[in-house]
Amino acid sequence: MTDKQDLPPSDAPPPVANLDLKARLLLLAVALLLTAAVTYVLYARGAFERAQTLVLVADSAEGVVVGMDLSFAGFAIGRVRRIELSDAGKARIVIDVPLKDARWLRTSSVFTMESGLVGAPRIRAYSGILADPPLPDGAEREVLIGDAAAEIPRLMAGVRDLLANLSAITADDAPLNNTLRNVQATTARLNGPGGALGALMGDEQDAKNIIQTLDRTNKLLARLDGLVAKADSQVFGEQGLVRDSRATVAQLNGLLGEARVSLKKVEAILQDVQGITGNTRAATEDLGQLRAEVEASLRKVEQLLNEVNRRWPFKRDTDIKLP
Amino acid sequence: MLYTARISPLQTLLAWLASWGRLLHFGARLLVLALAPSSYRRSQRRLILRTLYLATAPLLPGFAIASAVAAQIVIRIVLATALSYGLSRYALDVLVRTLVLELIPLSAALFAAVRYTLPAAEQVRRQRQQGLHKAALARGHDPLRDEVLPRALAGVFAAITLTLLSSFITLVLSYLAVYGFSGWGVEGFTRTVGQVFSPVIVLIFGLKTLLLSLAVAIIPMVPLAREESLVGRADIARLARLLAVVLLIELLSLVGNYY
Repeated sequence: MTDKQDLPPSDAPPPVANLDLKARLLLLAVALLLTAAVTYVLYARGAFERAQTLVLVADSAEGVVVGMDLSFAGFAIGRVRRIELSDAGKARIVIDVPLKDARWLRTSSVFTMESGLVGAPRIRAYSGILADPPLPDGAEREVLIGDAAAEIPRLMAGVRDLLANLSAITADDAPLNNTLRNVQATTARLNGPGGALGALMGDEQDAKNIIQTLDRTNKLLARLDGLVAKADSQVFGEQGLVRDSRATVAQLNGLLGEARVSLKKVEAILQDVQGITGNTRAATEDLGQLRAEVEASLRKVEQLLNEVNRRWPFKRDTDIKLP
Repeated sequence: MLYTARISPLQTLLAWLASWGRLLHFGARLLVLALAPSSYRRSQRRLILRTLYLATAPLLPGFAIASAVAAQIVIRIVLATALSYGLSRYALDVLVRTLVLELIPLSAALFAAVRYTLPAAEQVRRQRQQGLHKAALARGHDPLRDEVLPRALAGVFAAITLTLLSSFITLVLSYLAVYGFSGWGVEGFTRTVGQVFSPVIVLIFGLKTLLLSLAVAIIPMVPLAREESLVGRADIARLARLLAVVLLIELLSLVGNYY
């Protein structure tokens, strides 16, 4: 206890009860805190996770840092462990995926690396078909790179072209400008005395002609109207053509009736003629019979003469005098 | 006054170098003692334990409250700024980097220096002036081991403990400020912390905390040269040297972290 005597008695703090115990407890607490801090940092760095390896091959690993997340559906499921340059000159991003999260990666998964305007690029995984077989340990996949910052120069070039075109279009002597000027002139003429007709014909005189033609046409139409009215009265009026035609038709009807009567008479005459003809035929038949009878009588006369001749041989005159 | 008027710039430079040399020599002796098993004999161990406790325990409540208030203010500012720029996902990263990595070790070391090591160094100096150290030496005791080492170790311990405590408070406050009173964000929070604490950052953070605590523990205890004590501005000179070293360590850590 000689050490204690060396402590200055004047400004020493008042004695603390259970100082040794408290001192040990404090030391223990600090040791625990330190251990907890180290353990927490190790845990946060993924030191206690069993992980499988995934290798992403990219053209450029710019902006990728060790410890960066691989995210799936917005959740971090892996972390970049190492970045290396392959023999083929491509960047190999080695990623540790904890086994409990590895089920989200399938053989058909697609990996992208997108660089935003602010912050480091983000590596994302997309698994469309979760029924596919799981991604094996140590698998190598190409990563698709989308770079918003790289898009900007292209976009700017596009915008510049667009602006050049726009300024060419809107230039003083550009076709669009001329067209617009013409449209303006046309509009002014439309609003002018000639109106749309003047704008269409181009010449005010022509427009006037057209209007005159229209006027004349109008007059012509009025006269045509009168003409039609007259024709109407002549055709359909009291003394109209139609009425006359109707009378004529009536007369024609009478005429036809008469004709029909005449025809009937002709028919009767014809029947008579037919009768006469029949009679004539009968007479003709009687004539035949008569002829046969005459022929028979003549044969009998001949036979008689023949007999007479034979019995009266002097008779030289053989002609018979018919009565 | 005549004495100061006579010294040339070269002498000033030499004196300056000599004072830094003494500081390094003193620090090396203390470190050797701190690493020597004989410094932790049973009697000595008890003394060291008590000194550690008496140095650290009174500082804890005050520093915890002060650091919590300061952290809460910085957290609010960072979160509001990040939110207004639409960069809230980087807020946690910024908070951990600025508060835990940069501000807390510095503030803890300075707090320990002001509240403990500077008064303790004053005690040591008074003992020296009273000739107690020479008497102890005459009795066969090493005052450096018996008097200075426990106080220096207590200073180191206090600074490290305050850093740990404050880091813990700040991380909890950051989590609460970002995710509120719920447990769903622990995994994302842990991941972000893990991303910030890469091996290099952890190494630099550890080295910085250790070096700052050593600086605030050792520099105030350095015995003054005769001429320095004659000048009569020893306290100011010691404080300036302490601040210069702290600043240097901070600069080096920044260079290490961000270059």
